[in-house]
Amino acid sequence: MLVRLAWRNIWRNPRRTLVILLAVIIGVWSMIFLGAILRGMEAEMLRNAMSNLTGSLQIHHRAYRDDPVVENSMADRDKLDRVLGISLGQGAHWTRRVRVMAVASNARHSGGVTLVGIEPEKEARISFIGSAMTAGRYLESGDKNQILVGRAFLATFNTKIGHKLILMSQDIHKEMASKAFRIVGVFSAESEAVEKQFVFVPLSQAAGMLKMGESISEISILLPDLDMTGTQETHMALKLTAAIADDTYCVETWQQLLPMMKAYLEMSGFFLYVWYGVVFVAMGFGIVNTTLMAIFERMREFGLMKALGMRPLQVVKGVVAEAFFLLVLGISVGNILGFLSVAAIARNGIDLSVLAAGAQMWGIPRKLYPEIWVQDLVVAGLVVLVLGVLVSVYPAVKAARFTPTQAMMKN
Amino acid sequence: MAMVEIKDIKKTYHQGNVTVEALRGIDLTVDTGAFVALAGPSGSGKTTLLNIMGGLDLPDSGIVIVDNNEFSRMTQADLAALRLHKIGFVFQAYNLIPVLSAIENVEYVMLLQGVPATERHDRATAILDDVGLEGKYNRRPAELSGGQQQRVAVARAIVSGPAIVLADEPTANLDSKTGEGLLLMMKKMNKEKQVTFIFSTHDSMVIDYARRLVTIKDGRIVNDETK
Ligand SMILES: Nc1ncnc2c1ncn2[C@@H]1O[C@H](COP(=O)(O)OP(=O)(O)OP(=O)(O)O)[C@@H](O)[C@H]1O
Ligand SMILES: [Mg+2]
Repeated sequence: MLVRLAWRNIWRNPRRTLVILLAVIIGVWSMIFLGAILRGMEAEMLRNAMSNLTGSLQIHHRAYRDDPVVENSMADRDKLDRVLGISLGQGAHWTRRVRVMAVASNARHSGGVTLVGIEPEKEARISFIGSAMTAGRYLESGDKNQILVGRAFLATFNTKIGHKLILMSQDIHKEMASKAFRIVGVFSAESEAVEKQFVFVPLSQAAGMLKMGESISEISILLPDLDMTGTQETHMALKLTAAIADDTYCVETWQQLLPMMKAYLEMSGFFLYVWYGVVFVAMGFGIVNTTLMAIFERMREFGLMKALGMRPLQVVKGVVAEAFFLLVLGISVGNILGFLSVAAIARNGIDLSVLAAGAQMWGIPRKLYPEIWVQDLVVAGLVVLVLGVLVSVYPAVKAARFTPTQAMMKN
Repeated sequence: MAMVEIKDIKKTYHQGNVTVEALRGIDLTVDTGAFVALAGPSGSGKTTLLNIMGGLDLPDSGIVIVDNNEFSRMTQADLAALRLHKIGFVFQAYNLIPVLSAIENVEYVMLLQGVPATERHDRATAILDDVGLEGKYNRRPAELSGGQQQRVAVARAIVSGPAIVLADEPTANLDSKTGEGLLLMMKKMNKEKQVTFIFSTHDSMVIDYARRLVTIKDGRIVNDETK
C-alpha cells in the first residue's frame, strides 16, 4: 500500500511529474546517446590506428623499437611461427614484415619513405592496405618488383601506375642497397601523411634487397575482438613472452605501441563521466526543486500522517520512494529511447566525411558507428538513480521536519 | 482510573512580536471511558489543549500524562508510537489522505501498526459498515460528502483500537442532522468499547450529548460540570 501511495502521489500533479520525468529521460538519453557516439568514435579510432600497420600486438627484436634498422631483426622465424600457431587462439591472424627507412626516387623527385615488405594475403587480413586500393591492383604472391604507393605519393612524385621507382636503403652489412620497382597499385588511407609515408613490396623482395635472408623486422598480430581496455592484449603478450622464452624478442601491445591512443582513450572515458556529472547536476536541481514544491503543497498531509503516528523516518522513506519511482521510470524510458536512437543510426553509421579534411588530422574517422557499452549504461543509470535518490532526501527530510501542528495550521 | 492527567499546563505562542498566551495554567483529569466536551469561545485554547494532549504540540510548562505515559520524558518517535497505538484523532477538516480511498485511509493506520493485510481489510470493512459507509469503500475523499468524510475519519480514529479519541470540532462542518449521527456513533463506540472521547465544540447539540462539560476561556478552565 505504501508503494501504491507513492505511485498515486506521483500522479497527483501530472504536469509537474511529466516535467521531472522529461528531464530525467532527456538526461539519461543524452548520456547514453552521446556515450555511444563517443565509444563508437573511440572504437573506430582504435581500429584505424590498429589497421595502420599496428595490430593488437607486435613482436620485434628487443632493440628494434629504439633503433629500427635491419640489423635489429628477428632471425628465427620458424620458431616464432610455431609458437604463434600454438598460442594464439581461434580467429587471430598474424603476418610478417620487413620494415625499414628508405629513400624513394624517380627522375623528378626523391624523398624518404617507409619501405614495408609484406606477405600480401596475410597482410590483407590485418591492416588497411588489403582494402585500400583505389587504382591498379594489390600485390600477389609471386610478385617480384611490384610496388604499391599511396595516392598522395603519386602527386608528390609526379608519377603514375606502370612507372618505375628506385628504392635505396642500408642493407644488413651496412652497405647501400637499391632496387628498382614498378608501381602496380595505388592505395588511399585515412590521412595523406600515411599515403606519402608507406610503400609496400613483397616481403621476399625487401628481404632480398637488404640481404636479410630469412630475417624479418616485425610480426603483427590481430586478435579477433576489439578490447578498448587492452586487457586481452596484455594477457596475450604475457602468454607469448612466456612461450617464446627468449629475451631477444619483445612482445608489445597496442597500448605500448600507441601510448597516445591509450592516453586519449582514458581521457575520453573520463570526460564522458564528467559529462554524466554535468547532466546530473542540471537534472538534480530540477528534481530537488520540484520535489520541494510538491512537498510544500502537501504539508498538511504530512502533518496528518505524523499525527496519525507516522514516524519521521517513515515520512522520509515515503518521499524518497516517490523520487525513486520517478527516477526508475525516467531511467527506463531514457534507456529505451537511447537504444532506439543508437540502433537507428548504427545501421548506416554517421557520415563524418563532411568534416573529413579537418577531422582526419585528429584521427577522427569518416564514418561513425555508435556503440553502447554496458559499463556506460550501468554508470549512467547508477549516477542518476543513486544521486537522484540522495538529492531527494533533502526535501524528504524537510517534509519529515514539519511538526504536525505547524503543518495542520497552514489552512 | 485516569486516562488523561494534566497539571498546570502553560503554552504561549510568539508570532513576530505578538505574544499569545493560549493556555494559562490548565489542570484536568479525565477518567477512562469518559465522554467529555471542551467548550469555549473561539481562541480560548481548545485546539491547543487537544494538540498538547495528543503530543502534537509541547507545552511550555506543566505535566501531561496519557495512559500512564509522561510526555516530557518521551522522544518524538515514542510520541509517534503512542499516537499510533493509543490515540485516535479526528480533526475539524482535512482529515483524510486525498490519494487514498475510504478503505485505504482506514487501513493506513493499521498498516503503520503492522496489522496483516487480510485482517486490515476485514477490520476496515467492518468499521466502515458500522459508520454507515457500506458500498463506499473505494471512493476517494473528494467523492465523499463532508459528513461521510468525517465518518471515515471517525472510523479511522477507532479502528486501530485506541484508548482515547481526541476530536477537534468534529461536527463543525456538518449540518445538524449529520452531526448528530456522528455523535451517536461516537457515543456508541464509547459505550461498547470503553474508548475515552474528548472533543472540542461550539455546538450546543454536541454539548448536550456530553456527560461532562469543561468550559475554557482565555486559556483557563472556567467551568467543569458533570451531568
Ligand atoms: N501556532 C500558533 N501560533 C500562534 N498563535 C497560535 C497558534 N495556535 C494557536 N494560536 C493562538 O492561541 C490562541 C488559542 O488558539 P486555539 O486554536 O487553541 O483556540 P480554539 O479555542 O481552538 O479556537 P477555535 O474555536 O477558533 O478553534 C488563539 O489566540 C490563537 O490565535
Ligand atoms: Mg480550534
